[in-house]
Amino acid sequence: MTRKRIALVGIAALALFVATSAVANVKSHTGTSAVSGTITFDGIWTASSGQKQFADVIKAFNKLYPNVKVNYKPVGNDLPTVLATAVAGGHPPDMADIAQPGTVAQFAKQGKLKPITYARGVMAKNFAPAWLALGTYSGKLYALTFKAANKSVVWYNVPAFKNAGVQPPKTFTQLLTAAKTLKASGTPAYSIGGADGWTLTDMFENIYLRTFGAAKYNALSQHKIKWTDPSVATALKTMAKIVGDTGNIAGGSSGALQYGFNDSVTNAFASPPKGAMVFEADFVGGVITSSTKAKPRTGFNTFTWPQITPGKNASAVEIGGDLFVTFRDTPAIQAFVKFLATPAAAIAWAKQGGFGTGNKFVAASVYPDPITRATEAPIGQAKDVVFDMSDQQPPAFGATTGQGEWGIFQQFLKSPNDISGIQQKLESAAAAAYKKAK
Amino acid sequence: MVAAPTPTAEQGRLGKYLVGAVFLAPALILLGVWMVYPVVYTIVRSFFGESGFIGTWVGIDNYRTLFSTHTLLTAIKNNAIWVAVVPAVVTAIGLVFAVLTERISWSVAFKTVVFLPMAISAFATGVTWRIMYQQDPGLGAVNALGKTIHNVFNPPGVLAQAFPSIPALHTTGGGGLVLKAPLRPGGVALLGLTGIAPQDVPSGAEQAVKPAASQGDIVGTVWRDFKPGGGKAGVVEKGELGLPGVTVQLRDAQTGKVVQSSKSAADGTFDFKNLGQGTYNAAIGPSTFAKPWGGFAWLGPSLITASIMIAYIWIWAGFSMVVIAAGLASMPRDVLEAARTDGATEWQVFRRVTVPLLAPVLSVVFITMIINVLKVFDIVYALAPESTQANANVIALAMYRTAFQGGQNFGVGSAIAVFLFLLVIPVLALNIRRFRRDI
Repeated sequence: MTRKRIALVGIAALALFVATSAVANVKSHTGTSAVSGTITFDGIWTASSGQKQFADVIKAFNKLYPNVKVNYKPVGNDLPTVLATAVAGGHPPDMADIAQPGTVAQFAKQGKLKPITYARGVMAKNFAPAWLALGTYSGKLYALTFKAANKSVVWYNVPAFKNAGVQPPKTFTQLLTAAKTLKASGTPAYSIGGADGWTLTDMFENIYLRTFGAAKYNALSQHKIKWTDPSVATALKTMAKIVGDTGNIAGGSSGALQYGFNDSVTNAFASPPKGAMVFEADFVGGVITSSTKAKPRTGFNTFTWPQITPGKNASAVEIGGDLFVTFRDTPAIQAFVKFLATPAAAIAWAKQGGFGTGNKFVAASVYPDPITRATEAPIGQAKDVVFDMSDQQPPAFGATTGQGEWGIFQQFLKSPNDISGIQQKLESAAAAAYKKAK
Repeated sequence: MVAAPTPTAEQGRLGKYLVGAVFLAPALILLGVWMVYPVVYTIVRSFFGESGFIGTWVGIDNYRTLFSTHTLLTAIKNNAIWVAVVPAVVTAIGLVFAVLTERISWSVAFKTVVFLPMAISAFATGVTWRIMYQQDPGLGAVNALGKTIHNVFNPPGVLAQAFPSIPALHTTGGGGLVLKAPLRPGGVALLGLTGIAPQDVPSGAEQAVKPAASQGDIVGTVWRDFKPGGGKAGVVEKGELGLPGVTVQLRDAQTGKVVQSSKSAADGTFDFKNLGQGTYNAAIGPSTFAKPWGGFAWLGPSLITASIMIAYIWIWAGFSMVVIAAGLASMPRDVLEAARTDGATEWQVFRRVTVPLLAPVLSVVFITMIINVLKVFDIVYALAPESTQANANVIALAMYRTAFQGGQNFGVGSAIAVFLFLLVIPVLALNIRRFRRDI
């Protein structure tokens, strides 16, 4: 008897709770509880790298849409392979996160993706036009860049700069002067993770962007400009001023070829440091705090990639990011995609750090600390946003270990004088990859 | 006339087949699903384009790509080197170890230690050796050992990274740094150095001092010509430290011979006294700048394949030793005794008796190693850093890189897999034949 009564009371309470919360929901967002369903989502974030933060985003979504269940699957770094296999086998998830626009373009061309035209309105309201362009393939909107990493950042060792008496440079000329002074002070200026080819392509991309601007950058990304173009030679010559200064690189060029990205960060922020600056994206901060003793502001800090050509190119931002795509189209998926484009979704993650967004209504004050604010806030404010160039190429050219762009830029680090030879190699590798991709 | 089989006999035979089929079915189904289907699919797939479940028909284009792409040819060439070197070395080392352990009393302990690497996965071995092979002697154990030995014979200088702050101070054939302008007695030599990190300044350094000229002497100072912001090159400024303990030389300007040698004081000053008339050059001795040993680039493009092979041999030597030792144990001792009684030396016994008798065991080890080496993958993948992965490439890794990494080219990937399959078949056939003969 007693047990039954307790159960009854419990059910009644539950019913009351559901009723009130339903009323509350209906009050603020009419009809949202009518949308129901399940969404499967394959993502790259695992327990150690952002799964919890994304769960908070889903939680925020469920406050509005309590009857939609998002089943997030943490696939990890094998995501591109897993996804390619799932798509080829005909059983893709409802949604997925893809870091390479090249892959999105490929899936879109094969007709595997569903357009997200329904989210255009909310995206146009919250994002600068460049972000919509990033998700558009042959005229249709397919992807929302939910999470973005600012790649136009340089990290520096604060004590090393202090010892040398140099200030964070604003222009490329100042950068070279500072580098010379750093060398004289006894700390090599540059710490380069050349064993990971993408650190080198990122450096080239920032130089190209700062020199020639977003329009030309995008043209080169899509191979509308050839790699043998004089502009590439100019950018490579500029880059050679850094990678050719071998005595000023931690470990020299041959040592830098063996240091991976993580090594380049620990080398620059160890005590005593082996180098003073790392040219890489906002995620360097996480590596510094997890594998060195350097503290923010007193040990490490950032500055924006120095200006090369005066003018608006100086504020352009190169990003890497997570493009969200849909393989199916249901009311539940539509609701989720539209929600992800709102400030509320971005803030749910941004306030925890390690997250940047192009959403212009995410205030700088949302970010948890000054360094995150300095690296992430420019993403939302920038008018000119370009996506990592190597990620936009066919993967055979832009994303294969030791081959294509990554491998050729490693050769460039080894012999920075052979500019036309490097251009020839890049062009022939690019041409072959684009021919195959067609 | 042959009588038709009676119904019962037929039923019996059918029943026998049925029982057989039931017992075989699980194995056949598993073999079909996990072996036959993937093999057939891969062979078919190798004639189709790069993406999709099947792709478009391309004929033998994928095979043409395989034999015309530079990195894939490197993989084939590397595999050939692997096959030529590793099985022979592993067998030889195993044989030597096996024969030697017969003679020592703590052979069990020795065998356990040599066999231990077999218990570690190839991937873990790759990661471990990659750390040991780091070029920086501060990180890699192999080069740390090399550095220790090197430093005994060539100790590094106190200011190995330093370089002159003014062009007037330059390197010469004799080593070290020389002040270009010749000096006469009464002159002052300013030897400014930069590129010295604060923590590398010799201990006890004080504010640098420019000494006053002194009749009949050549005086000077050697100092860290740097203060935050750079400072003025070639000028002793406040905040710049003298470099104590540096070997300063006075060389005859004509002959280049060292006339006097001295060590700098805490404020960097030095003083060459009692000089005769003539012109001199002030210099800093070469030992000051002796570079510390930089280490071998074990993971660099030219050594990488050899480095991986060493790690691989380290794993498999134990296997080879144990198998050969088992063969040795079952060998008839009286033959060896007879040879020794007949006056054969130990070397002759080993060469003429032990090795021929062990031949079957040796060939088992050798063939097993050929097959293992042909399909080597994980240790290469784990050991080679990204920048030299293309130099270390082998066929199985090339297949993975082409099909699943970046490229996503399942057509060429399948073609590589088929090529590897074809390479393994003759060795397998040989092994099976041996197997049959042994039974």
